[in-house]
Amino acid sequence: MKKKDTSLFDKKILKEAFINSFKKLSPLELLRNPVMLSVEIGAVITTLYAIFDIISKVKYAWFSVNISIWLWFTVLFSNFAESIAESRGKVRASSLRESKSNLMAKKLESKTSKEYTLVSANSLRKGDMFLMEKDDIIPIDGELIDGVLLINESAVTGESAPVVREAGTDKSSITAGTKIVSGTAIAIASVNAGETFIDKMISLVEGAKRRKTPNEMALDILLISLTVVFIVVVINFRALSYYTVNSIHKGSVVSLVVLISLFVCLAPTTIAALLPAIGIAGMDRLFKRNVIALSGKAIEAAGDVNVLLLDKTGTITYGDRQAHDLLPVEGVSKEELAKVAYVSSIGDTTAEGKSILAFTKENYKIDYTPNSYKLMEFNASTRLSGVDIENDIYRKGSFDAMIKFIKSLNGEIPKDLESIVSKVAKEGGTPLVVSKNSKIYGVVYLKDIIKPGIKERFKDLRKAGIKTIMITGDNSLTAATIAAEAGVDDFLAEAKPEDKLSLIRKYQEEGYMVAMTGDGTNDAPALAQSDVAVAMNAGTQAAKEAANMIDLDNDPSKLLDIVETGKEILITRGAITTFSIANDIAKYFVIIPASMSNSYKELNVLNILHLSHAHLAILAAVIFNAVVIPMLIPLALKGVKYRPMDAQTLLVKNLTIYGVGGIIFPFVGIYVIYLMLELIWRGL
Amino acid sequence: MINFIIQLSLFFIILSLISQFLGKYMANVFEGNIYGWLKPLHTLEGFVYKIFKIEASKEMSWIDYLIGVLVFNAIGFLVLFLTLIFQAYLPLNQYHIKNMSWDLALNTAVSFVTNTNWQAYSGESAATYFSQMTGLALQNFLSAATGIAVATALIRGFVRKTTIYIGNFYVDFTRSILYVLLPLSIIASLILISQGIIQNFSSYIKADLLIPFKDSIKEITNQIIPMGPVASQEAIKLLGTNGGGFFNANSAHPFENPTAFSNLFEAFLIILIPASLFFTFGYMVKDKRQGWFLYIVSLVILISFMVIQYYYELKGNPILKHLGVKNTYPIGKELRFGLSGSSIFTTITTTTSCGAVNTMHDSLTPIGGLIPMSLMALGEIIFGGVGSGLYGMISMVIVAVFIAGLMIGRTPEYLNKKIEAKEMWSSVIITLIAGITALLLSAMALITKSGISSIENPGPHGLSEILYAYISAANNNGSAFGGLNANTVFYNITTALAMLIGRFFPIGAVLYMAGSLANKKLIPPSAGTLPTHTPVFGIWLAFIILIVGLLTFLPAFSLGPILEQMLMLKGVLF
Repeated sequence: MKKKDTSLFDKKILKEAFINSFKKLSPLELLRNPVMLSVEIGAVITTLYAIFDIISKVKYAWFSVNISIWLWFTVLFSNFAESIAESRGKVRASSLRESKSNLMAKKLESKTSKEYTLVSANSLRKGDMFLMEKDDIIPIDGELIDGVLLINESAVTGESAPVVREAGTDKSSITAGTKIVSGTAIAIASVNAGETFIDKMISLVEGAKRRKTPNEMALDILLISLTVVFIVVVINFRALSYYTVNSIHKGSVVSLVVLISLFVCLAPTTIAALLPAIGIAGMDRLFKRNVIALSGKAIEAAGDVNVLLLDKTGTITYGDRQAHDLLPVEGVSKEELAKVAYVSSIGDTTAEGKSILAFTKENYKIDYTPNSYKLMEFNASTRLSGVDIENDIYRKGSFDAMIKFIKSLNGEIPKDLESIVSKVAKEGGTPLVVSKNSKIYGVVYLKDIIKPGIKERFKDLRKAGIKTIMITGDNSLTAATIAAEAGVDDFLAEAKPEDKLSLIRKYQEEGYMVAMTGDGTNDAPALAQSDVAVAMNAGTQAAKEAANMIDLDNDPSKLLDIVETGKEILITRGAITTFSIANDIAKYFVIIPASMSNSYKELNVLNILHLSHAHLAILAAVIFNAVVIPMLIPLALKGVKYRPMDAQTLLVKNLTIYGVGGIIFPFVGIYVIYLMLELIWRGL
Repeated sequence: MINFIIQLSLFFIILSLISQFLGKYMANVFEGNIYGWLKPLHTLEGFVYKIFKIEASKEMSWIDYLIGVLVFNAIGFLVLFLTLIFQAYLPLNQYHIKNMSWDLALNTAVSFVTNTNWQAYSGESAATYFSQMTGLALQNFLSAATGIAVATALIRGFVRKTTIYIGNFYVDFTRSILYVLLPLSIIASLILISQGIIQNFSSYIKADLLIPFKDSIKEITNQIIPMGPVASQEAIKLLGTNGGGFFNANSAHPFENPTAFSNLFEAFLIILIPASLFFTFGYMVKDKRQGWFLYIVSLVILISFMVIQYYYELKGNPILKHLGVKNTYPIGKELRFGLSGSSIFTTITTTTSCGAVNTMHDSLTPIGGLIPMSLMALGEIIFGGVGSGLYGMISMVIVAVFIAGLMIGRTPEYLNKKIEAKEMWSSVIITLIAGITALLLSAMALITKSGISSIENPGPHGLSEILYAYISAANNNGSAFGGLNANTVFYNITTALAMLIGRFFPIGAVLYMAGSLANKKLIPPSAGTLPTHTPVFGIWLAFIILIVGLLTFLPAFSLGPILEQMLMLKGVLF
């Protein structure tokens, strides 16, 4: 997928959406959206009326013609909203399709066979083995069983920095359509051709398999019921009018065209028109953030999540520990320690080493490059690293390893070393002991660095009623320190996969909705158990299968974005529903007095906008009802922005904007449209 | 004006105090925590179960509960129907009242079984003492107890988790009668008798007129004064929000409502149980704020309507004012109660589904008549009927919670239960079916000869008469606007249909919802949960209640009462 921004008014998208909005006029398509189907039926009836009126040259034929046109527009606008949401996905899907077209696979008979046969990727079945070499494009999703590959996954993630995939690790899965930069490996297909991740993405983004979510179904029930009520209201209105006219022998019974106009204006067309678009656009927004939701239901569940299980590493802290402080032993100054620490890290490529260099350089202005040195890389038997410069040996390592090393040199262990080390450990840091020759200078305090802004984010989440729980393999002392610093509500230290699973179960039994991220095979049971499960794309196939969302960027902190997107979808639905219903008040006050104006002028008291021309007033209401749909398309697609806050404040805010606004806005809108119509009318 | 404010304040202060206690008492009774001092009744309860072979400890699923309700009510209907069509042959018929016609009996039986008490007959001339006491009064108890039982089952749906059981209908039903309706009726009857309500089996009295007068044919010198066991029936008529008067004039009749005190006391009895049930709800869901919340929202809406009603009646009819009549507002009202007593009673009887009247609603000013009609059209949920008011209100809350819940970014939940498709189906049926029924049937009446021929007044007033009849029937209120001759086959059948739909569709939906809710998990509340007891949510709930009513009935009301008001201001009367 190209990360090219498919902006709202991309020409190609608009064109496709335009064509599709006509295709979707088919009643069979509209069955999914009964409210709009009822509008279409209304449009058909008014159109027949209009034709009849034209043929029989009725005075008010222009009225039924115009109403018909705008009713058709109402349906078309609704279709357009849905199509535009879908076509944004379709454009992406077609670029995905390109990436997997005409792939060939080097199929192997067995793991050991030397010869491969070149076959089309479309013929691969689950369990087939194939060979991959430099510059090949991976033909099908699979699991490496032998070898290491460097892969460019930009076709899927849009990220061009290559990633490593290695057999026998947690990062052994490969995705069809991605390109091998270097390496040779053998993989086993984990799916059948046509069922790959890219295929799934294509069908997801095209919306082909989109099912209504439980919440959409519940909302549909409300909208359909309101529609039924308004059909009944209109039937009743006809009877009322019939009775009234016969009772005073004055005026005429409201026409079917007026009744249908009234019905369409009252029916919750605005929300019904935009409802499918809101859901599709939500998935699309996640997709833009490189998260693939495998169902709409999962996104909706994300909005409801009230417990987040967050991996410490990658989400709360950067993966690596960094130098935080220098603690010299007695008799050594900080500057001396800084110098030794700096030299011992020269040439060290680990993140810790680099951070020591940066830390001492910044705080103690040490900048020193020896002419020649011998790098002693970290070695599993001594568990030390450092450099030798001429005859001096600089070393750094853990407390145990360093004591062993110094003792072997018959050096002395400073008395206060142990207390310094244990103080650092107690604070949740990692102590790194530094020495020059046989003398220990002190300790570098390495610390997990918490991502900036994460604390504030957790605070916001707490306001929104979401608990955050940190999961870490650290001991509980370290975990507690970091948990306190990051401001999470709770933590699970020395976490084993079983612990995660039982923690999830415990919360779920209490009624909580739990979300988590994971990548390893051992995460799979917990992923399968949690309500929202985000697997890293680099993770194993098992993890991906257990999850209901996949993050292509492998960034565990995305979980927070996902929760917010879930909420945005629900808020958008609620906001437009409120707006749609609140709009009805104005429409009533326009149409009722207008439609009865020829029997009882007295009802003009309801005509608060003082629209003197009855037909124009009704037409203005119908036009308003239609144009409000395209006006709200951007809102439906972008979603109402969510910022975590407590429920009450959020409700007040949205009620004011969409409720109060929804009452006032149509009065203004209809009035303006009426004035324009009146201008045109006078001009004619 | 001062009189009105004093009566109103006193009324609601006392109501707020007493209904809390009654609410708590009912909560305990329905949860099976029977107070020690109720021992004798408890023994009686056990005895009832023994006779009727009820396994009190056996709980029911929603469908069993519903079957219980339906079978029980069907039997009640049949017994009452047969009593009415054969009442001439049954005992206690001193006045030689005839058997009811089949359509009137059908209408009356449906009316009393559905807690509507729409009366197309007049009590003193069409029902025998036997029919009144064994048939009608009995159904007053049974229909009220059915409503309370169903509401209790719904509350259990919220309280329980992951179970299919929602209680035992026969137990809830028996308890409502034994511990609530019966004791309260006895106390209320005694107080009413102290005010002068009659309680006897005497023959009707023939009395000479003080001043004989001449009608078009002959001189009238005497009148028949009907008698009867009124007090015993009066209390349950009000307490059970039934509203079926012993006499045709209902609570405007001096034998049913003799004094200004009895008038307020009757209004109090009407609203007592519906108000208390809000608190029962609060106690049972273990969050008293929820009960207070529903009570206060209802109270605010009711008082607003009451004030509007009072205001328009006080203003009265300008045409009469121009003619020099000073006090135009006693029209259609009993002078014993005055404008305040009438306004309070009229709004209370229509906001609850009682339908007893002390005023002829037909004679109110157009807007004064719109108020009782609107209160019914809101779906009888502002206090509403016993039980039915509570479950109607809860359904409305669910609709409100659903939309508001979305707006805070959660799939909606109420009282820790998630609101999903099943709850939405139930809620929309409960909240909308009565309106739909009233609109369709009134449309039918407005365009058919058999419908229009019953109207007494032409124009918008006649329209109001028809509209009122169906709104009243479909919402199980039972009060009549007057002016409409409702005892025709057409009206007897169509209003009976409205009453049945308006009663049993919601009951089915309530129990279905109770079953679905009981089966759900409880979601722990958090800062992200929509608080459903705050002023903001109260305003939102009131908005939803009013807008649903407005959207459903604005066209009808504008061509009825609103138009009539406008025409009246121009000097046109009907």
